[in-house]
Amino acid sequence: MTAKTATQNACKLCNPLGACLAFRGIEQCVPFLHGSQGCATYIRRYLISHYKEPIDIASSNFNEETAVFGGSHNLKLGLKNVSQQYNPRVIGIATTCLSETIGDDVPMILREYEALMGGAANLPVMIFASTPSYSGTHIDGFHAAVRSAVKTLAVGGAKKNLVNLFSGMISPADIRYLKEILTDFGMPFMLLPDYSQTLDGGPWGEYHRIPPGGTSTSAIADSGCASASIEFGSTLEAAKSAAGYLEAQFGVPRHHLPLPIGIKASDRFLALLEELTEMQMPEKYEDERRRLVDAYSDGHKYVFGQKAILYGEEDLVISVAAFLREIGVVPVLCASGGKSGLMKQRLQELIPDMEEQGIEVRHGVDFVDIEHEAERLKPDFLLGNSKGFTMSKKHDLPLIRIGFPIHDRFGGQRLHHLGYRGTQELFDRIVNTVIEERQKSSPIGYTYM
Amino acid sequence: MDTQNISLLEGREKQVYEKRAGGAEVDIACDKTSLSGSVSQRACVFCGSRVVLYPVADAIHIVHGPIGCAAYTWDIRGAVSSGPELHRLSFSTDLQEMDVIYGGEKKLYKSLIELIDQYQPNAAFIYSTCIIGLIGDDIEAVCKKVAKEKGIPVLPVHSEGFKGTKKDGYKAACHALMTLIGQGSTEGISKYSINILGEFNLAGEAWIIREYYEKMGIEVVATMTGDGRIDAIRRSHGATLNVVQCSGSMTTLAKDMEEKYGIPFIRVSYFGFEDMSKSLYDVAQHFPDRPDIMEKAKEIVRDEIRKYYPEMQKFKAALAGKKAAIYVGGAFKTFSLIKALRTIGMSVVLAGSQTGNKDDYRALKEMCDEGTVIVDDSNPVELSKFILEKEADLLIGGVKERPIAFKLGVGFCDHNHERKIPLAGFIGMYYFAKEVYESVMSPVWQFAPRKGGKR
Repeated sequence: MTAKTATQNACKLCNPLGACLAFRGIEQCVPFLHGSQGCATYIRRYLISHYKEPIDIASSNFNEETAVFGGSHNLKLGLKNVSQQYNPRVIGIATTCLSETIGDDVPMILREYEALMGGAANLPVMIFASTPSYSGTHIDGFHAAVRSAVKTLAVGGAKKNLVNLFSGMISPADIRYLKEILTDFGMPFMLLPDYSQTLDGGPWGEYHRIPPGGTSTSAIADSGCASASIEFGSTLEAAKSAAGYLEAQFGVPRHHLPLPIGIKASDRFLALLEELTEMQMPEKYEDERRRLVDAYSDGHKYVFGQKAILYGEEDLVISVAAFLREIGVVPVLCASGGKSGLMKQRLQELIPDMEEQGIEVRHGVDFVDIEHEAERLKPDFLLGNSKGFTMSKKHDLPLIRIGFPIHDRFGGQRLHHLGYRGTQELFDRIVNTVIEERQKSSPIGYTYM
Repeated sequence: MDTQNISLLEGREKQVYEKRAGGAEVDIACDKTSLSGSVSQRACVFCGSRVVLYPVADAIHIVHGPIGCAAYTWDIRGAVSSGPELHRLSFSTDLQEMDVIYGGEKKLYKSLIELIDQYQPNAAFIYSTCIIGLIGDDIEAVCKKVAKEKGIPVLPVHSEGFKGTKKDGYKAACHALMTLIGQGSTEGISKYSINILGEFNLAGEAWIIREYYEKMGIEVVATMTGDGRIDAIRRSHGATLNVVQCSGSMTTLAKDMEEKYGIPFIRVSYFGFEDMSKSLYDVAQHFPDRPDIMEKAKEIVRDEIRKYYPEMQKFKAALAGKKAAIYVGGAFKTFSLIKALRTIGMSVVLAGSQTGNKDDYRALKEMCDEGTVIVDDSNPVELSKFILEKEADLLIGGVKERPIAFKLGVGFCDHNHERKIPLAGFIGMYYFAKEVYESVMSPVWQFAPRKGGKR
């Protein structure tokens, strides 16, 4: 008998983690959790194990009195202390289940704090995201923080030759690649959140309380004057998104795309850039695309008909599934701990023959559910974050690690997933996994495959 | 950046002390909750309970609350088991908004019944997280009901994150253990017997220690909680002596057992040759009517040190004069590490802990060299400042301290719960020295800015 009520080995994380990650992508910003000390410490530990960078997250350090009388005093004191010690330009404040349950009105407390300190001009910018851990998952916290950053900082005005890119929860390497593409198109851009340096930077001669890098507040301010926004994330709805806010508030058109993984999705992204910049795709990317198409031909036999179980954040799962269909792999199960309610529909749009292919979709699941499905579906490999390793080991299934977190391999922050280059890397890894399995299981010991 | 002028947070001055000739008496203000707005390396009450009970391998551990607390503590420690591995699974009631509004008791009850049916554990621990303390779920009642229906102990652990510090979490865990102790039969337990407390079997450390004691002719009734089993814990009141490591977490339990069952306890540490040897001698001394136990202890110490001494000399030759910074959870561990580092020729320039008490810090001052900085509940800014100022070559800490060391181009040794290499026992001292050597002597630091590693 299988227990259904409890969540076992969760395939999701809590809301505040996503917010802290997004805040790390704003220049000179300290993430600040309004709740118990443990939340900040656990989240730091979890992020550090993936990014291998110091990640300071302040906490308002609730105690029993705070919980009874409200968090106002602690939050104000905490903001004062963190300002004194970190001298940040921005404080990114996110709530937790505790402060949400006692009903702290954080925006009001922030206004009081501003008044107390002699006005906002003397203070760091305060960006607030409501991230109760009892609803949604880490990806909701991530988007809430990004939307809130834009809401707090963006100003309208005469349109500029500028494009906003809200790239979602991707790797630092992916962010660097997107910036390279936009730079090569010669398009001034504002990418948010940019943790490509803050979470994957160089060594330090002295400790930086806040690591260098990140999207600047002035760039975010300009986002209201951009000529367009591009936003990745199939299940991300305008009402919850930064680009959605900018469209509604300042009339910046929102171009909503799936994460560009695979040739078709990357084509869509680059075609959009061509349209927005009225420029041809630079030859460099034509080259990357040609090499990728060539690689698809060279490797197609290894992967055709292979069955994969795919899990992680819904948007990642959707885009990777569509890519797998380009190369003949069947994602027999597309699973997520998230539960936007949109995953199946979005998958259907990208993979119209989903049902004929026997592709099953399950949202709101945990790793024990996925494992049960694996016993039934007998996939050839797993594709997802490192938390699937327990299942991978137990059922002797190769695990191709993508996304977040990757706690048991080196260099998760430097993995590419997006665009032609990211797809190439992903494709190479998948083909090599299949080859390695065949080589290992063959008694002959072929030295060429 | 202005590392020279890092100001201590207001209210932190009393938690930092530098040993100077003729300096003031050490009066570190510890036992305080962390300051609001600081980036403490500490955790919360839940974390304290979770680390103590985590290694009990034939029980299920259910975290009652929203998903985070369970997700972040899923299989995160190197605590190994010789049998069942239920402790490596993560269970959460995963409370949603409606549960928060209408209460989570029903969900908890249902979760418990289903999980017990599926996994057939010997007990269940139910951890309350922050909001349970607010929404008023009657956890005790649910636990009693399920215990009755399923015929196994179902133990509430009152570990609401905000209700104190990590130490209060230790107490809550000890309280749950105390409920179990006394329930089993003590028949057949030798007079020459001990419980090993505060040893969590990281990388099999409890097995190493247990073997030493068994070689001495001593019966180990229960290890708490490393490679822990409910039945062993239930009969642990039959032991003659409690041997307590990690004083911070388990002294409460030892004191309670002394009071209720008249079992005396001694404090030990298994880190470093010196303290490891002492922990065998101290136990042997407790059984004066059996001189053979002491003889055997001496023999073990002799043989083991002889085995590792030559290698240690090699490490020492390379490491002599290098400087270390220590920032770990408990102060008692800090003492052992200072001694262990001296064994390999290294001095300590920074010593601190998350949860030491006044006596610990006084003792620490006694042990430390002139100029050593002593900190309580420190943070990354402070730690970095002292590491750089004191030109440390090594930092000993946990996962949150690791990137600080690596960013600054300083060697690092993980002495926390995630480690995969045993550092306890004589063999552990060898691994410790080896790890320190491999990190401090690595050629990669030549490229670090600290070493002027410009192109």
